[in-house]
Amino acid sequence: MTLAIRSVLICSLAGLMIASAPASAMQREPAYASARATGAVGEKIDGYLGFTGAPAAALRAVVDDINIRRKASYADRARAAGVTIEEFGFTQGCLLIARTAPGEKYQSPDGSWQTRGSGPAVLDPRCPTAR
Amino acid sequence: MSLDRLMIHDRQTDRRSGWQSAREDRLDPAGSRPDPWIVYARRAALALSCATAAMAQAGCVTVNAPSEPIVIELNVNIKQEVLYRLVAAAEENIEANPEIF
Repeated sequence: MTLAIRSVLICSLAGLMIASAPASAMQREPAYASARATGAVGEKIDGYLGFTGAPAAALRAVVDDINIRRKASYADRARAAGVTIEEFGFTQGCLLIARTAPGEKYQSPDGSWQTRGSGPAVLDPRCPTAR
Repeated sequence: MSLDRLMIHDRQTDRRSGWQSAREDRLDPAGSRPDPWIVYARRAALALSCATAAMAQAGCVTVNAPSEPIVIELNVNIKQEVLYRLVAAAEENIEANPEIF
């Protein structure tokens, strides 16, 4: 009896973990998610979000909030690693640009906005992922 | 003559005048003129040492240091090392804060 209960518990826990993994990967606000998909915002080289055109006030507020929270996380991680916030932000930017989905915008090393195609993104030569 | 001049020059340039004079006093006690033979012996010894130094130099292989300083560029590699170490932390950051990335 106890064995059956235990196995049911373990199974349900495992099921929860499997179910929660993809959900946590897509926890973006709808306004932010649609702005990414339409290319209104893009990933910059410095690890922050940028506007590819003139943004609506509501979108600006959402993106500014995300950038502030990004900077706070960079500050924490940079302090832990003993580097500057800019260095950490740059590394984060390399990763975020490399992981853009096809159709999303990113800043290329020359500063221009590019649309991610099916191939790899054009990364800054200083990026650790661009070897 | 040249040796005399050298010795005079040597005394003039020696800034430790107190030590110099004390040594002179010990070698040449006050009131007595130095024995000329001692002076000749000193000069001969100096000339001999100069000659042996010149001979030693002639037999040596001379190695010239480069005129420009040797500079090793390490900044780029250190920067790269730091960035590679940060990638793991950046990946962790995305997993910990999925809503802002």
